[in-house]
Amino acid sequence: MESLTFRHTTKKPLPGAKPQAITGVVASGNLEVLLERVLPPDACEVAIETPITGYGPVWEAVVADFVARAEPGGIRISINDGGARPDTVSLRLLQGARLMEG
Amino acid sequence: MAIDRDALSWYEASARQRVDALLDTGSFAEFLGPEERRMSPHLPLFDLPRAFDDGVVVGRGRLDGRPVLVAAQEGRFMGGAFGEVHGAKLVGLLRAAREIKPAAVLILFDTGGVRLQEANAGETAIAETMRAIAEVRADGVPVIGLIGGRAGAYGGGGLIAGTCSRLAVSEGGRISVSGPEVIETNKGAEEFDSRDRALVWRTMGGKHRRLTGGADAFCADSVSAFREAARALIGRAPAFDLATLEAEHARLRNRLEEFGDCRDATEVWARLGVNDPDAVPAMDARAFDETVAGVGGANHDAR
Repeated sequence: MESLTFRHTTKKPLPGAKPQAITGVVASGNLEVLLERVLPPDACEVAIETPITGYGPVWEAVVADFVARAEPGGIRISINDGGARPDTVSLRLLQGARLMEG
Repeated sequence: MAIDRDALSWYEASARQRVDALLDTGSFAEFLGPEERRMSPHLPLFDLPRAFDDGVVVGRGRLDGRPVLVAAQEGRFMGGAFGEVHGAKLVGLLRAAREIKPAAVLILFDTGGVRLQEANAGETAIAETMRAIAEVRADGVPVIGLIGGRAGAYGGGGLIAGTCSRLAVSEGGRISVSGPEVIETNKGAEEFDSRDRALVWRTMGGKHRRLTGGADAFCADSVSAFREAARALIGRAPAFDLATLEAEHARLRNRLEEFGDCRDATEVWARLGVNDPDAVPAMDARAFDETVAGVGGANHDAR
């Protein structure tokens, strides 16, 4: 297993008041994403547990792209990965952000 | 956003989607939710990923305004298998039912059985769950099993299903103990060809279980159908006493005598009085319910 953590500073907090949300399932090619509104409004942290080692730079790029698109300030994101492809990870992150806004 | 219960496929839905859509809208409150991170202590030893809820969602909610406790297994996480935490959550829920006395406990099965990586804890959980269900039923609380996920109810999950007050099953749902591949591995493809999907479904699938009285309701593959079935079955839970047990023993003994020499499920259906057994697999829920109404033995109070 490999653990990765990425911290970002955002320009604004993620809209909405929902305290937490979860999306996805830990299955082959899939992942679960847990979002919690527990950080200062300009901070975002993404912690990943994955059985597929050696893809740190890809995770870093996918997370940076998500942060730039969603500006998820205030959100701590925890991921249990089942070997998802980068596009699936991107989709789940955006789904999660949308759930938090709802 | 309101969920369309008619449009949501039970088979395709996740455990969380099933719970949210099955119960009265917005009534579900989870115990030990994902934010508590009660994950498996064993899976990291095998370099396997964990799930925040260990593959089962438990909590309380309302069905038609009546309080219920509910557990839903996530069949896509490790085949919905029972690990230590997974099992403890289900056992804890059943023990809570003895104090809370809800209108029912609903178990949304979707499991291949015991999780092999934590087999001892999983086997113990199966036994504890069966004991807990017996105690809950003895206290007068019905335990209703709903089976329509891709993993079905296999292994210890099949045993637990057998201890429930009532079961509802869909076409896609399967109930058994040994899975098709297990039987083939042990007895050979001549005995049971696990790749023959039609054979698997007519031997272990929802329609066969319903026709032979192994399940008490047959549902179309929608959340609304399972919701209707759960509501109806809660009101029809059999007594949990010696007479029920003796009736079940007699039913099973009789079943073996009547059908023990059948080589295929279609022979069983023919002997039950189904006019055209070969037409059963293609029937929709309504046509199938009419067929069930025409045979004896599908409805009973033995359990």
